[in-house]
Amino acid sequence: MKLWNIVLSAFRALQRNKMRSFLTMLGIIIGVAAVIMMLAIGEGAQYSVKQQIASLGTNVLIIFPGSQQQGSIRFGAGTVTTLTEDDAFAIKSECSAVAYVSPGTRAGGQVVAGNLNWSTGIEGCSAEYLNIRQWPIEYGEFFTDADVKGAAKVCVLGKTVASNLFPDASPVGQTIRIRNVPFKVLGVLSAKGQNAMGQDQDDIILAPYTTVLRRLSRFPYLRYITVSAISPEAIPLAQQQITELLRQRHKIQPYEQDDFTIRNQADIAEAATATTQILTILLASIASVSLLVGGIGIMNIMLVSVTERTREIGIRMSIGARSRDILTQFLIEALVLSLIGGILGILFGIIGSTLVSHFAQWPTFITAFSILLSFSFSIAVGVFFGFYPARKAALLNPIEALRYE
Amino acid sequence: MIGTTITMQRNGHFIVVDHLVKIYTLGEVDVHALRGVTLQIDRGEFVAIMGASGSGKSTFMNILGCLDKPTRGSYLLDGIDVNTLSRDELAVIRNRKIGFVFQGFNLLSRTTALENVELPLLYSSLPSKDRRQRAIEALQRVGLGDRLYHYPNQLSGGQQQRVAIARALVNNPSIVLADEPTGNLDSRTSVEIMDIFQQLNDQGITIVLVTHEPDIAQYAKRQIIFRDGKVRSDRPTQSRRRAAEVLRELPNIDEEDEL
Ligand SMILES: Nc1ncnc2c1ncn2[C@@H]1O[C@H](COP(=O)(O)OP(=O)(O)OP(=O)(O)O)[C@@H](O)[C@H]1O
Ligand SMILES: [Mg+2]
Repeated sequence: MKLWNIVLSAFRALQRNKMRSFLTMLGIIIGVAAVIMMLAIGEGAQYSVKQQIASLGTNVLIIFPGSQQQGSIRFGAGTVTTLTEDDAFAIKSECSAVAYVSPGTRAGGQVVAGNLNWSTGIEGCSAEYLNIRQWPIEYGEFFTDADVKGAAKVCVLGKTVASNLFPDASPVGQTIRIRNVPFKVLGVLSAKGQNAMGQDQDDIILAPYTTVLRRLSRFPYLRYITVSAISPEAIPLAQQQITELLRQRHKIQPYEQDDFTIRNQADIAEAATATTQILTILLASIASVSLLVGGIGIMNIMLVSVTERTREIGIRMSIGARSRDILTQFLIEALVLSLIGGILGILFGIIGSTLVSHFAQWPTFITAFSILLSFSFSIAVGVFFGFYPARKAALLNPIEALRYE
Repeated sequence: MIGTTITMQRNGHFIVVDHLVKIYTLGEVDVHALRGVTLQIDRGEFVAIMGASGSGKSTFMNILGCLDKPTRGSYLLDGIDVNTLSRDELAVIRNRKIGFVFQGFNLLSRTTALENVELPLLYSSLPSKDRRQRAIEALQRVGLGDRLYHYPNQLSGGQQQRVAIARALVNNPSIVLADEPTGNLDSRTSVEIMDIFQQLNDQGITIVLVTHEPDIAQYAKRQIIFRDGKVRSDRPTQSRRRAAEVLRELPNIDEEDEL
């Protein structure tokens, strides 16, 4: 029997039970659409993570007090006091692979300007900080080394803070009160957008770390030191130099653990990408379970169909259908089901992904790979789950099939 | 391969069965459906097989039709030892050489008369245009040229059986096997079906037919009676009846319906 005829009669057989064929297909449709959407969402997540991380600057190192072991339990920042300003100065002057150094601390609080107020984070840093973060000032200017030395009460505002406290006028030259301490606004940072975790990076105030330590923080020690290497390639060298220097300065014996932790941006990037990748795979695997369930649905219906049509199979055999004619007939029926389901599933997956990125503001990417993957997966499902019922039909005894009632 | 064997054996009997035994095993019990049937049938014969219910007629027909294999004994069809053939080779034989007509018609429902008749051609490699033409011709041969697109449930029993006969004929078989083809039909329709069989036989097709009714057997040329899985008697028909003549004498009650 020619393939074309088999395909035609498969279509006709499926048409006879329209509702049933559709419901059977629905399993595949949902499965394929889910796989496509999950892959698109995961792909989008990976993309945005990479984007965000690149925007942080790729040669940034952050030194935290406390060893890695302690780090994993993460002592409430404030209990470890091993990093000092002098450590930062020493890194700046002695590590040749280091370009910029910024001792860092953080405080939070209510900020008041005129009759408006806003609650935000205040980051203490050095005058070199913007070079490390590659973060330009939009207007006004940044504070200087002299401001840092003198613990001047000056600051620059992130875009979000600026627009909330000064909706109409320029904040430059104005005074704001942070926890009742007056600060003069020197400038406004350019917008940086959300970071990988979805936080608004522009909801921030930068001030000299000396001022923050003295005026705003109840914990007068550095929480971290941000450093940039002279180039992305120099990161390992910088890391090594800093480690040696700090071990020496902190008088750590060779058998002892570091009392600090250095994290570089590439590590963080890698970890974040790996996490989103794992997430993508996880999402897609969960989605493919529904594809599997869809396949079992096909098998179930095909088995029912073989039983229902036992007599038909007997008749076909009595007039000369060979086993393989019957096998292909039922296999093709299963395949047509899964193929149509697959195609519809891809369509719905694309529509669904578009809706997700439209309404959830989440980037989604439909790759040719994901379409190819789910398409071939649905073919495989059809063949795999169609084969057993088809074989069952093909191996029927003609006489018994004819007698079946 | 099958073709060459056929031409080699033109001179022998068309069908030769020798000590055919068929035993069905039902759990612990053996049912001896055939207990050693030996007979020959030549080309162009018209054989009626009779016998009590359970005497093994259907079992015998199924073996003749290559739908089933005997437990013991040999069966030569046109010189081919059927026992040696594989499942698929048997399917090819059923497709090319044998036409079946069953008591219950065995048409595919929700499939038109034409498509039903086309079905055997789908399993032989015939171009689709020729298929349609051949199927239409076969339906015309049984007088259903005007019912091509009717579904089985839109046809009378006699018409359905004629569709089944057309389907059996469409591949130009050498033999037509009919297991109680008139079992579900009234007497007039039965005679009409016998008329078709007699016409086919006149055209040279070998016919083997199972029936319970001695009247129907009278249309055959030879009558074999089975009893307990064996041939009890085998004789030519005395004063054979011609269905065409009988029909002429029968009153036409429902001419329109049968057309
Ligand atoms: N598939 C089967 N399994 C077991 N026994 C069977 C099977 N088919 C037939 N038989 C038995 O074989 C015997 C012959 O059956 P068969 O159908 O050949 O009889 P028959 O002559 O055609 O009868 P009828 O005139 O009622 O159709 C019966 O006793 C029947 O019970
Ligand atoms: Mg019978």
